[in-house]
Amino acid sequence: MAIELKAVTKNVGAEAHIYETSLMLKPGVFNILLGTTLSGKTSLMRLMAGLDKPSTGEVWFDGQNVTKVPVQKRSVAMVYQAFINYPNLTVFDNIASPLKVAGVSESELKDRVHKFADLLKLTPMLNRRPSELSGGQQQRTALARALAKGADLVLLDEPLANLDYKLREELREELPKIFAGTGATVVYATSEPLEALMLGGYTATLSKGSVVQYGETPVIYRNPSTLESAKVFSEPPINIAKVEKQDGFVRLSDSVQWEVSEKLRSLPDGKYTMGVRAFHLLPSGSGVKVLGEIQIAELSGSESIIRMTVEGNQWVSVAHGTHNYAIGTHAEFFFDPNNCYFFDQKGRSITA
Amino acid sequence: MTKIKKAIVPTLYILFLMLPIYGLVSMSFKTTNEILGGFSFFPSEFTFENYVKIFTDPTWYNGYINSLIYVVINTGISVTVALPAAYAFSRYNFLGDKHLFFWLLTNRMAPPAVFALPFFQLYSAIELFDTHIAVALAHCLFNIPLAVWILEGFMSGVPKELDETAYLDGYSFPKFFLKIFIPTIAAGIGVTAFFCFMYSWVELLLAQTLTSVEAKPIAATMTRTASTSGYELGLLAAAGSLTIVPGAFVIYFVRNYIAKGFALGRV
Repeated sequence: MAIELKAVTKNVGAEAHIYETSLMLKPGVFNILLGTTLSGKTSLMRLMAGLDKPSTGEVWFDGQNVTKVPVQKRSVAMVYQAFINYPNLTVFDNIASPLKVAGVSESELKDRVHKFADLLKLTPMLNRRPSELSGGQQQRTALARALAKGADLVLLDEPLANLDYKLREELREELPKIFAGTGATVVYATSEPLEALMLGGYTATLSKGSVVQYGETPVIYRNPSTLESAKVFSEPPINIAKVEKQDGFVRLSDSVQWEVSEKLRSLPDGKYTMGVRAFHLLPSGSGVKVLGEIQIAELSGSESIIRMTVEGNQWVSVAHGTHNYAIGTHAEFFFDPNNCYFFDQKGRSITA
Repeated sequence: MTKIKKAIVPTLYILFLMLPIYGLVSMSFKTTNEILGGFSFFPSEFTFENYVKIFTDPTWYNGYINSLIYVVINTGISVTVALPAAYAFSRYNFLGDKHLFFWLLTNRMAPPAVFALPFFQLYSAIELFDTHIAVALAHCLFNIPLAVWILEGFMSGVPKELDETAYLDGYSFPKFFLKIFIPTIAAGIGVTAFFCFMYSWVELLLAQTLTSVEAKPIAATMTRTASTSGYELGLLAAAGSLTIVPGAFVIYFVRNYIAKGFALGRV
C-alpha cells in the first residue's frame, strides 16, 4: 500500500511534535524511520495509524484521503516498544484477536493463527498467557498478531529496543524475511543507525519533528543530503568541523590544510562544514594529518573508540585493533579528504 | 527453639485480635441469664436457641435480607458508575481533572450525619423513604468516590497502548471496554466491589435514618432490640456473629487482590 503524508503537522498543546512534513513511502518494502528520541518517529507513526489526527495536512492511503478514517477502519497493524498483549488472553487468543473482530471463520482463524505462530516459533506457547512468556516471546506474540491481521500497513515502533542483545539480533535478522512474503508496507522506527543499515530497505532520517531525507538506506547513508541527515545516520557521531575554502586549499586551522579535491574545485571560496565518519579517522594511514588531544580511549571488542579534541572540535575515531593512549596526550590521526562530506552554511550537502 | 520464638509474637497478636470475636461468638451460644450472671470463657449451657430465633423470626432475618439487598444494589451502582469515571480520569486530560479527582475524596471527609437530615427530607419528598434503593443511593455518596479512586489506580496500571492495540485490531470503544478492558482489570473491580460492599454493610446512621419498617437494616434491628425488649444479649451476640459472615465471605474471594490494591496506595 502506498502511504503518503501531505504536509502534515502535529501540535500537542503549544508544543509542535511534527513540523510540516511530506513523505511518500515506498509500498511493499521495509521503510525505516531513523531518528533520535523526540525526533518524531512515534508521532509520525501514530498519524499513519490514525491513533492521532494531524493538526493540519492529510494522510493518503493508495490515493485515498484517509485523514478522517478512524483507526478501526484502516488496514493498519502496530507493534510497540513495550510488549503490549492482552494479559488475560492466551497467546492463541491474542494472535486471533484481530481475526475474531473481523469475523473470520473458525477454521480459517485456526489456520492463520497456527501459520503465524509457527513462523514466529510460538506454537508450544499457544495456551500460555503473556505473563508466562519471556520478553522475546511476548514481542513475538505482538508481531504475530500484527501479521495475522494481514494489514497493508504494519508499523513497528522500536520493537526490539526492550529486548536483550542476543534476541534483538536474532529477531532483527528474521523480521525482513517474515514481512517479505506479506506484501505489506512496513514502517520500522529505530534510533540506531546500524540497525537501519542491517535492515536495508528505505530510510527516512528524522530530526526535530520533520523528515530530513528519504531514499534507499545505503544511498542515504552514503549521500546524506544535509548535515542533519548525516548526524542522524552516523554511529558513533560524525566528526564535524568548520572549514574554509580559499585559493585552492581547504583550511581547518592554521596548521591543518590541504589541496582541494576534484569534486570541490568548482565551489566558490567561503566557509563550509566538513563531516568525517568516525571510522574514516584513523590512527595510521595517509591523507590529512591532524593532531588530537586524547580524552578517552575505550576498547569495544576488536575495535578501539578514541575520543579526542581536534582543533577545538569533539571528534571520535573508531579503529581496528587495540590502541592505547594516555588521557591528555597528543596523537596523530589521518583522514582522506575524499571520504569527507561538505555542507554549505545552511547545512545542505555539496558533495551529494 | 528459634521456630517457637518466631511463633510467639504472631500467636499473641492473633490471639488478642480474635479475643473480642471469640467473646461474641461464645456469648451467642449462651443464654441471656448466663451472660448477665458473670464472665465465663465457655458457655456452660450450650444453646442454639439464639440462632434459631434469628432464622425463624421475620423481624430478625428480614433485617439481614434488607441489608443484603441495599448493599448489593449499592455495590452494583457504585462499580457501574465508577468504571467510566475512573477510565476518564486515568486516560484523559481535561481542565481541572486533578482538582476534580481530589474533590471526590473530600466527599469522604464529611461525616454521614451531615447528610442524614437533608437526605431524610429529600427521600421523603420523592417518596423513596423506607425503600432499599434510598439507602443504596445514599451510600453512593461515599462509595462512588471510593470506587473511582480504587479503579483509577488499577486502570492506570494498564498501559494506554493496550487500548490502542484493541482499536488497531478493530475493536470499537464499547466493545473494547467490555470485552478487553474490564476483564483486564477484573481484579481491581473485585477489590472495589469488596470495599463498596464493606462500607455499605457497616454503615448504620444513614441506613437507620432512611428506613423504618420495610427496608430496616440488621444493624438497626440490633440497636432497637437492645432498648425495647429488655436485655436479649444472647440474641444480640448471635446477630452480631452473623453480621461478620458476609464480609468474611466476600473477602475470601478477593483475598489475593487486596494486597495489590494496598500496594497501589488507593485502598
